[in-house]
Amino acid sequence: MAQVQGVALNDNQDPDTRRLVITRDGLAVLLNALRRHGYRLIGPRLGDGAIQFTDIDGVDDLPQGWTAVQEAGHYRLQRRADAALFGYAVGPHSLKRYLHPPRLRLWRMHRDAMQGCSSDSGADPGGDPGGDAETSDRDPQTTAPAGPFAFVGVRPCELRALAIQDRVLLGGQQIDPHYQARRAGCFIVAVACGSPGGTCFCQSMQAGPGLRDGFDLGLTELDTDPTDPPQGQRLLLAIGSARGRALLTEIPHRPATAAEIAQGERVVARAADAMGRHLDGDGLRERLLAVLEHPYWDQVGARCLGCTNCTLVCPTCFCTSVEDHTDLTGQYAERTRRWDSCFTGDFSYIHGGSVRQHRAARYRQWLLHKLATWHDQFGSPGCVGCGRCITWCPVGIDLSAEAAALAAAAASQPGLPTAPPADPSPAPTSAPQPAAMPARRHE
Amino acid sequence: MTKPRRPTLAVWKFASCDGCQLTLLDCEEELLAVAGAVEIARFLEATRAVRPGPYDISLVEGSITTAADRDRIQAVRRESGLLVAIGACAAGGGIQALRNRASLAELTAAVYARPDYLDTLAESTPIAEHVPVDYELRGCPIAKGQLLEVITALLAGRQPVLPPHSVCHDCKLAGQVCVMVAQGIPCLGPLTQAGCGALCPGFQRGCYGCFGPMEQPNRPALDHWLRALGVGTAAAGRLDGRFDPRLQALAEDTGD
Ligand code: SF4
Ligand code: SF4
Ligand code: SF4
Ligand code: SF4
Repeated sequence: MAQVQGVALNDNQDPDTRRLVITRDGLAVLLNALRRHGYRLIGPRLGDGAIQFTDIDGVDDLPQGWTAVQEAGHYRLQRRADAALFGYAVGPHSLKRYLHPPRLRLWRMHRDAMQGCSSDSGADPGGDPGGDAETSDRDPQTTAPAGPFAFVGVRPCELRALAIQDRVLLGGQQIDPHYQARRAGCFIVAVACGSPGGTCFCQSMQAGPGLRDGFDLGLTELDTDPTDPPQGQRLLLAIGSARGRALLTEIPHRPATAAEIAQGERVVARAADAMGRHLDGDGLRERLLAVLEHPYWDQVGARCLGCTNCTLVCPTCFCTSVEDHTDLTGQYAERTRRWDSCFTGDFSYIHGGSVRQHRAARYRQWLLHKLATWHDQFGSPGCVGCGRCITWCPVGIDLSAEAAALAAAAASQPGLPTAPPADPSPAPTSAPQPAAMPARRHE
Repeated sequence: MTKPRRPTLAVWKFASCDGCQLTLLDCEEELLAVAGAVEIARFLEATRAVRPGPYDISLVEGSITTAADRDRIQAVRRESGLLVAIGACAAGGGIQALRNRASLAELTAAVYARPDYLDTLAESTPIAEHVPVDYELRGCPIAKGQLLEVITALLAGRQPVLPPHSVCHDCKLAGQVCVMVAQGIPCLGPLTQAGCGALCPGFQRGCYGCFGPMEQPNRPALDHWLRALGVGTAAAGRLDGRFDPRLQALAEDTGD
């Protein structure tokens, strides 16, 4: 993980290459230790028919022995034959939910008796340093006590998405102070993927399924026999930061044997072969930009509902809109930021109407931003291959299939002009900080 | 210095069940503040005392189903500064618009002993088909938060925040797991305008569309998918969007 704006996000300058082993009991001790150190534990947990990413108390909350079948527009929980702790791919939620929350109060203002005004940043005194995620009893995730987050069971695609969010929200001319505050203190326990889902293609996007960096502690769960007791789970452990190493002094562990290390490598290699989806990224940006006016976009537009689900589940989509509210007394006003999406009419509304009138144009904006223009803007694709947009599209529109169809259309029309190569030097990362956030952060 | 005059508020009822008006009384905590901010000049559900018009803000509940009401809405419009249609009946014609799809004579004969006593129009129609409407609050019933949003916005002289995007958008903001994808429950959320906070999916059931069509609903695409999923006739019947006939009409639409 790179240094961003002088903040060491994961201080892994001195990566420790030793491989260690912990058991399920060791993991329990680890999670308890994080809680004791004041972290708010967020991890996988069963709820409402899915493996959610939400508050957990400890290792007993993990969906041990569960997995999920994922296909385009389809997700179903299923029992596994073994007692794996992390035997599933990503669910509907991503870290974005916590680090770039769906609703956030930016500031509020009270008119006092003298008709003067006082305003503040919206942060609760002694509470969340990163602004005030709207409290609502229908959204318990944001009402729980704020604190530095410890994310447990973070997948490689999610780490890649985090690096992209860091680039977008911290690495350019505008720094998002809310993201910065939430991001700075978080502790990451990552897990390599052993059981990819039917919509996963992280291998194609070079994001997974193995772990590289960007975590404090990294786990790879070793296979067990279905007849082993649930307590028999063993996990390879890699240290990714000084903070991770320091915490490890409180956790029972032992060095890994050569056989265990080899077994861990097999788990990841097997996962790489089991990806449900594939996306050929070679020259994809140029090919997509060559078919801007292809009738295929209308074909996708006819199937698309314009519901915004794909953008909101995507771990890298960052667009927001601001809303102002007042109260009945006329003494109070506040400004809230909420997730927005390029699939709405308001998103591209300027004087006279929306720039993107139809779903075809909106789908094109989404697909091109993720797979083509993100390169020009941020120096990488905006997709990490997590498959969420495919699984959670209510009508199963498949980004990997649509991109492949469009790329094939480009290949079959050799007469079309090709796009210039992406600017290899993305925007500078050490620009001066502006005084205020732009009202609306869009593509 | 005299305090500025409080704006006057009137509540009107047409063909409806009173549920939307009751949302105003349901603002328990905020009700005193509402009464402090506006002069409630006409609200028969709360008090028989009626102050004469004109009124700054009129909340109009219900659809137009009789010739008398067709005339009365014109009078209400003349007496009102801003006219806000509240609820699925006022906005779309309501559940009583189910009759628009059948023969009135057959229906009244089936329901009433003496249908000749009835004096009614053949169709139930939304307020906007008769007079200009300034704002429309959707839902059966309306959402309390949206009612307060409109009132506070009008008081502050700002535009109310009433996004026309889908229920799905709010469903995802709330962090809910999609019931259609994860449980195969048919849901009208992708076609329906937000405002309820994705209430039904939050209780593990599909949205039945009471907030009416979102900005650009694509019903053929959703119908096609549901048929492929093998959604049974009972579920498909429930998907008719009976609370807002505009969603029903979309079944024959081609989208955009
Ligand atoms: S575009 Fe789709 S697959 Fe790619 S990162 Fe976003 S949600 Fe995941
Ligand atoms: S403009 Fe880009 S980042 Fe924003 S919602 Fe659309 S695809 Fe996501
Ligand atoms: S692609 Fe799917 S999830 Fe995205 S807006 Fe269209 S229908 Fe909704
Ligand atoms: S449950 Fe319904 S409203 Fe929620 S995302 Fe799914 S389809 Fe949309």
